[in-house]
Amino acid sequence: MNWEVVIGLEVHLQLATQSKIFSGSSTRFGAEPNTQASAVDLAMPGMLPVLNEHAVRYAVLFGLGIGAEIGRRSVFDRKNYFYPDLPKGYQISQFEQPIVGKGSFTVTLSDGTTKTIGITRAHLEEDAGKSLHDAIPGASGIDLNRAGTPLLEIVSEPDIRSAEEAVAYLKALHTLVTYLGISDGDMSQGSMRCDINLSLRQPGAIEFGTRTEIKNVNSFRFVERAIFSEIERQSDILEDGGVIIQETRLYDAERDETRSMRSKEVANDYRYFPDPDLLPVVLCDETIEAIRATLPELPEAKRERFKEQYGLGDYDAKALCDSQAMAAYFEEAANAAGDAKLAANWMLSELAAQLNANNLPLKQAPVSAQQLAQLIVRVKDNTLSNKMAKQVFDALWQGEGEVDAIIEQRGLKQVSDSGALETLVNEVVTNNPDQVAQFQATDEGKQKKLLGFFVGQIMKASKGQANPKLVNELLNKALK
Amino acid sequence: MTTSIRSLAADLRQGTTSAAELTQDYLQRIQRLDQQLNSYISVAPERALAQARAADERLANGDSSLLCGIPIAHKDLFCTRDLATTCASKMLANFVPPYDATVVERIDAAGAITLGKTNLDEFAMGSSNENSVFGAVKNPWDLTCVPGGSSGGSAAAVAADLCLAATGTDTGGSIRQPAAFCGITGLKPTYGRVSRLGMVAYASSLDQGGVMAKSADDCAILLEAMAGFDAKDSTSSERPVTPYSQHLNKSIKGLRIGVPRQYFNDQLDATMAALLQDALNELEKQGAKLIEIDLLQTELAIPAYYIIAPAEASTNLSRYDGVRYGYRCENPTDLQDLYIRSRSEGFGKEVQRRILVGTYSLSSGYYDAYYGQAQRARRLIAEDFAQAFSHVDIIASPTTPGPAFALGSKTQDPVAMYLEDIYTLAVNLAGLPGLSMPAGFYDHRPVGLQLIGNHFDEATLLRTAHQYQQNTDWHTRRPSLSTGAEA
Repeated sequence: MNWEVVIGLEVHLQLATQSKIFSGSSTRFGAEPNTQASAVDLAMPGMLPVLNEHAVRYAVLFGLGIGAEIGRRSVFDRKNYFYPDLPKGYQISQFEQPIVGKGSFTVTLSDGTTKTIGITRAHLEEDAGKSLHDAIPGASGIDLNRAGTPLLEIVSEPDIRSAEEAVAYLKALHTLVTYLGISDGDMSQGSMRCDINLSLRQPGAIEFGTRTEIKNVNSFRFVERAIFSEIERQSDILEDGGVIIQETRLYDAERDETRSMRSKEVANDYRYFPDPDLLPVVLCDETIEAIRATLPELPEAKRERFKEQYGLGDYDAKALCDSQAMAAYFEEAANAAGDAKLAANWMLSELAAQLNANNLPLKQAPVSAQQLAQLIVRVKDNTLSNKMAKQVFDALWQGEGEVDAIIEQRGLKQVSDSGALETLVNEVVTNNPDQVAQFQATDEGKQKKLLGFFVGQIMKASKGQANPKLVNELLNKALK
Repeated sequence: MTTSIRSLAADLRQGTTSAAELTQDYLQRIQRLDQQLNSYISVAPERALAQARAADERLANGDSSLLCGIPIAHKDLFCTRDLATTCASKMLANFVPPYDATVVERIDAAGAITLGKTNLDEFAMGSSNENSVFGAVKNPWDLTCVPGGSSGGSAAAVAADLCLAATGTDTGGSIRQPAAFCGITGLKPTYGRVSRLGMVAYASSLDQGGVMAKSADDCAILLEAMAGFDAKDSTSSERPVTPYSQHLNKSIKGLRIGVPRQYFNDQLDATMAALLQDALNELEKQGAKLIEIDLLQTELAIPAYYIIAPAEASTNLSRYDGVRYGYRCENPTDLQDLYIRSRSEGFGKEVQRRILVGTYSLSSGYYDAYYGQAQRARRLIAEDFAQAFSHVDIIASPTTPGPAFALGSKTQDPVAMYLEDIYTLAVNLAGLPGLSMPAGFYDHRPVGLQLIGNHFDEATLLRTAHQYQQNTDWHTRRPSLSTGAEA
């Protein structure tokens, strides 16, 4: 049977503040266990939370970025449960009055269609610590470095209908939050984690089916696979006449399956109530407008501008705007080279390929935008053929210095002197009378194939430095 | 022995005594007398003497702080760096904080000397100081009676002159009720006036640190040192602190004192009523106007308080889980066992009772009926007071229904114990400042008159009490404790 899939996503986004949401401890990733845990993070007696204003600003930026309602008065609540990595015995979160209310978010799918996904709300909360089960033999350890790291939990409406939409939504969200600069978006460090609420129903049905929640999936690929495997599991049950149990499940990437967590986890009564240690966050119009004034150009606007200003096509514009770093690199290279199309081509072919092959983010690319622009300049002024330019690019990537120095060092200058080339052409034509005869006997349509032979000979004689465009012209003249 | 901060401060500057000498004297008094009272949980002689030497140096250099060299004590709910802070609980019996409460830090900075940490009801939950893992505190006026609670140790220590003054905390009357029972002056400031950082939380929206001393003047001096904004407590107020002691000498002529009919009704013990009427008459004699008022929502205070305070307490005390610090049960079999036994063994009965009540009232399905309703009651109480303060300057009431009661007489009946706080709870719910001052003796036991002020108007409370104390001597009376070994 063909089930309709209904998905809602809860994304936990780690905000890129320097310090924690309620204490002055650093949020830096990867420090020795418990070296970034203050008395507040440890929930020592008498310690009190103090709200980090940057976290509030980031949350508001997100709300403005998706055109959502901003909570003029948001309230922090205590979510009570016992767990060793939760030092206070409660998590400070927002329950009834979140900082970001309803909004929506439009994503483009692979077939070019767009889909609008509703955002129910987004609220601020603190992260918990981590239990370490392998660090100490025979005992469990607790690392509270992460405890108190600010999170923005972004809850979508159940508007998502496929794994592809889910991934497109997450990717677009990722692009947006990195544009806004509110998160580093580094998923390998848990900066963006996702809970998937999924149910199936018969096409056209109005009621939702019973859903399950898959907790804490931390990559686009795992989200896709978790959705596929959960769809399969639920449809198997339904097709056998069974019922879905509302429960929390975990995705096991190694086995590529979801499995049930203890049902106790679901039955928790969190006893939410307003945290009396914190005042409500009241945002006036001036504050909100001041934050709005710091909004950067967002991906959609940037794509449109790139098409308009640089004459790029849809594909190039989208690819270059997927990350703000990419877009900035492009603009710098395009302006310095005076050729947007070439800059886009180089970035999306050579540069992208190298980054991919070396698994590097753009900010760690050894070739700067200025260097790429210089390379393009040398292609445009005929110093380099495309083939030579690729060699120079590789040399840049290896850190061999600046473009002109590399050209000099490797003797890569293209020969564009028509007198010198003419001599070469005439030599090749004179030395190969059979091929010349064959060429002249061939239909004009098929001559192109034979021309390659002459070009090859000339390039060989010039040690690859002959300007191919000029060679072609001269050959055509000489052979006629 | 001279017993006012102001006169001692003068003596210290004249060189008739030194901080070291004074501290030594108080340490000896504690050693000699406190076995009868049990008012201190811990005494810190070496630390106190080191502070005294530093104070003497400051005095020699002309330091002007009135508190410099003055020996005081802290309720053992305030965290003191490198000095055990137990909250009178087995849970924290061995807890030594690596930090000072803001209150402690500020009083230290003023040059006062910390003699030790005073006894209390466990985690400040109680009205008799009988809920302490270190044993009950005795009332210095009658050793068979309670000193009141939860700041019973501070009250008894001040009354018995085992310190000049002490800090206390007040969530529902925990400064004012023991002050009344022990014949001293105690002030709970406006919510937000004193930082709560480092003051171990019982019910965060009600808890407020305050002062307990022998006179309104002493209270004013100590409060000035510890009050004020603290960026580390989001609920602390940024309003500048009034220089309270500079306002004390102004007459109370024309002061409008509200006398609520609902507090002075026929349910009030006749002897209490007569004593308090005398006190009101004295204030009137000094030119104050007594105005009858209504506080109709008073009866909501007890139920509202006993929902809100336990609800907040139930989650404030979740951090004591046996994982990071504090008491941990022996040989836990698993995580659940560790939680259950650490908390069952580490907390006393009253604390457990309030955690259970609070957990219940916050539970899904009960929240609106209990916590939500209590918050609405709280708003009504606050509006009631706001209405009253539109035509009076302060409000007078009994601090307690009667004088100190016998040890053990209410321990089996929690509700009877809760009724002890009937006159004080509403003040915390409304976040107002409240002061209790000695107003006579019921048989041989002191009773207190409570003065309630408008938000941040501690100055008027202290001034009224000071003016009263200029013309009466109740506050100068001291219990006679038998000295020496017979105790």
